[in-house]
Amino acid sequence: MRHLLSTRDLDREEAIGILDVAEDMAEVQNREVRKLPTLRGRTVVNLFFEDSTRTRISFEAAAKRLSADVINFSAKGSSVSKGESLKDTAQTLASIGADAVVVRHPASGAPQVLAQSDWIEAGIINAGDGTHEHPTQGLLDAFTIRRRLHGRTARGKALDGVSVSIVGDILHSRVARSNVWLLTSLGANVRLVAPATLLPVGVTGWPVTIGYDLDDAIAERPDVVMMLRIQAERMSGGFFPNAREYSRRWGLDDARFNALPPTSIVMHPGPMNRGLEISSRAADSDRSTVLEQVTNGVSVRMAVLYLVLSTGKGPA
Amino acid sequence: MTTAILIKGAALPSGTRTDILVRGRLIAELGSNLSEAGATLIDADGLTALPGLVDLHTHLREPGFEQSETVLTGSRAAAIGGFTVVHAMANTLPVADTAGVVEQVQSLGNAAGYVTVRPIGAVSVGLQGSQLAEIGAMAHSRARVRVFSDDGKCVSDALLMRRALEYVTTFDGVVAQHAQEPRLTEGAQMNEGAVSGELGLAGWPAVAEEAIIARDVLLAQHVGARIHICHLSTAGSVEVVRWAKARGIQVTAEVTPHHLLLTEDLVRSYDARYKVNPPLRREEDVQALRAGLADGTIDIVATDHAPHPPESKDCEWEAASMGMVGLESALSVVQASVVDNGMLDWRDVARVLSSGPARIGRLDGYAEGITVGAPAEFTLYDPTARRVFGREQLRGKGANSPYLEFELPGRVLTTVHHGYATVLDGELVDAESIAKNAAVPHG
Amino acid sequence: MPTRTVLQQPDIARALTRISHEILESNRGPADLVILGIPTRGVVLADRIAAIIRDISDGTVDSGSLDVTLYRDDLSRQPTRSPSPTRMPESGIDGRTVVLVDDVLYSGRTIRAALDALGDIGRPRVVRLAALIDRGHRELPIRPDFVGKNLPSAQGERIFVRLQEIDGEEFVSIQGALD
Repeated sequence: MRHLLSTRDLDREEAIGILDVAEDMAEVQNREVRKLPTLRGRTVVNLFFEDSTRTRISFEAAAKRLSADVINFSAKGSSVSKGESLKDTAQTLASIGADAVVVRHPASGAPQVLAQSDWIEAGIINAGDGTHEHPTQGLLDAFTIRRRLHGRTARGKALDGVSVSIVGDILHSRVARSNVWLLTSLGANVRLVAPATLLPVGVTGWPVTIGYDLDDAIAERPDVVMMLRIQAERMSGGFFPNAREYSRRWGLDDARFNALPPTSIVMHPGPMNRGLEISSRAADSDRSTVLEQVTNGVSVRMAVLYLVLSTGKGPA
Repeated sequence: MTTAILIKGAALPSGTRTDILVRGRLIAELGSNLSEAGATLIDADGLTALPGLVDLHTHLREPGFEQSETVLTGSRAAAIGGFTVVHAMANTLPVADTAGVVEQVQSLGNAAGYVTVRPIGAVSVGLQGSQLAEIGAMAHSRARVRVFSDDGKCVSDALLMRRALEYVTTFDGVVAQHAQEPRLTEGAQMNEGAVSGELGLAGWPAVAEEAIIARDVLLAQHVGARIHICHLSTAGSVEVVRWAKARGIQVTAEVTPHHLLLTEDLVRSYDARYKVNPPLRREEDVQALRAGLADGTIDIVATDHAPHPPESKDCEWEAASMGMVGLESALSVVQASVVDNGMLDWRDVARVLSSGPARIGRLDGYAEGITVGAPAEFTLYDPTARRVFGREQLRGKGANSPYLEFELPGRVLTTVHHGYATVLDGELVDAESIAKNAAVPHG
Repeated sequence: MPTRTVLQQPDIARALTRISHEILESNRGPADLVILGIPTRGVVLADRIAAIIRDISDGTVDSGSLDVTLYRDDLSRQPTRSPSPTRMPESGIDGRTVVLVDDVLYSGRTIRAALDALGDIGRPRVVRLAALIDRGHRELPIRPDFVGKNLPSAQGERIFVRLQEIDGEEFVSIQGALD
């Protein structure tokens, strides 16, 4: 895998392959010595044009457990905030000798632009670009679902027939996009639940079903309910009247949580707005995978780093 | 005194084969076996002679943005594309909202000498959309401005639009509207639809264009004014204009070459060369625009030539500037999109790229095309040529062409403007000779 | 390219039986033995050796698999290798005798990686090495303790080990180099 830019590019077999390598990485996390020598002498740069401590430390832990050298390059307090272009930053990292660049950028497509450019040869891993994709989040969510369903026999399996409801701000969510493409490639049935204002025009062409009512979605007894974070800036954007109405109509409150079948799992990519899109009871229950998602994130990112860095620098 | 030029064996848009004798600034004779002692001879066997192309929508960037383009470099890009007239948009710095600026742009054009540069005046002061610019002063200046536009921005205030339409009627001017409802397109990055949803780019909905066109044709009808719609880009816009024309409203419309050929699917590359305003649309829109051009709903093709420096395109999509250069490739793209498939013939091309825009801009001398006594403004084009369009075909400063590495048909071999050649054997005549020719007094 | 079969199914069975006897002898019985195969075909061989030892000694012998992919030193010089699972006995390997089993011993780099991997999992009392084929051309100071067959080869030649459980056929062959 030369780069990882989106889950839309991944076919079913590739996706299962990544999840299987992540299983191997997860096994290493249970050993006494958690470190592997695999990427010794390789340099991984975390290039973050947007704050995200969670994603950055997850990638950092993943790279370090594979023995790579890690350089964190944050747009805050660097020349980037003084107007240095993506091109100049990329060329600087190339000169430093980055073998892989993990990019978080507020502009959709920025990782793809880097990957297509002749500015830098390194493998590019998309760590979230604008409202486009967040492929490692999609992969870790799929990994988490697969482990919950199949436990130790997860290797080689897909998610055929698993029903997943993704609830919240689909329009602005890169997590939702990555999950839609990946989970449906793996055979899951995905339903999107959101106010009409927070669904993209053209969503009807996606391989999903659409709903506007969370209670209807819960009545269909989904295997997985994935709650998305509602960003503070959307509250004032006129997409819905106010936080209270949003919470009342699309929040996973205690009553809705109780109405879920006991086998359903509750996911959230974090950070959570407790009491807004998810109640504390739902978030803290043993059916919530919130912390597992964080743990699995490291394994999945180890797998992605390994697969990208073990690919030659020629064309994919 | 310029030398006479004798063109041998060119095909007129009608298909008729003729020699063309140019004396001074006029076409002196047409017919077969013409001869003229001392004339420059040009063999046009197999070439199509088209009347000089007139672009109603060019961004020359000067004054203010000379790193992107100047009147001279933009004129050279125009000449190599077969143009003899360009209309320079008002969004310069300072904005072309006074007689002083439009006269300056016009005289820079005259001095460069490759094409006639006709300035477009701003509708509102500083393109701010609040107060009318000195439209009358510009109309009565030496530049004799007849087209007014805030292009780049929409005149979104309905009352300001109404006043502008009323005001320009007194000297037979026209308001050229950049139709884009601003609130519906805040932060817009590409056409709103399936692709934008997938790519996570903020959408520019078709309705934001169509709603403004609908409003403005009704305003034009109400006050009895002429309105011109810039760069139509959607099937719905074609429908609205068709409806307005059927009602007898004095509306004209243009389409750009890129909207006739390219679709939003190109945006999947996030390559900012495909970022343009209005954005590339769906295949259905492209087909509707072609049909609208063929049936006359859309009157003309105009380039919206919009040069940008490399750093404005060599970046992430959202940070990139909108716009494409188009003068050098316009005729080839028109051939590829509507001529080679039989939707337009060469007479239609002459209409949509020469007499049509001249009529809208109230420019004399272009109504009859290549006829005896008409100004010697024409271009010789080889429609059988094919080439991979590359950076070396661009003659302006901007390299932001969406067609780089596309194979395009046709090639301009000669352009004649004011009776002298600006392009010979497919190459620009040098700027010094052109400036000297341009300085020869009229007549 | 000429291909020559060097071991048939009965030859392979005899070689594994001999190796099993040698392991038992050097370990003075089956106590604390762990037979670890290196994927892919080493794992099959390890399971077979463990079964033979159980048969002839009446003792219990653990077997498992040890993946070395993430310990290799040729990252990005080869097409990406997908790791295989590592399977360790429940009782672990600390203080035990580990016999690593590979199908073909060549440069020794795989074994170097295996020793590193083993070190991250536990601390065996002693580590031994068994290979069905030793084709020579070592690049590291590594030597097998138990060998099924020494097969001197040129570097351009290729050796194929086919085993019933994986390939549905069973033999070892050598393919000549391209001229």
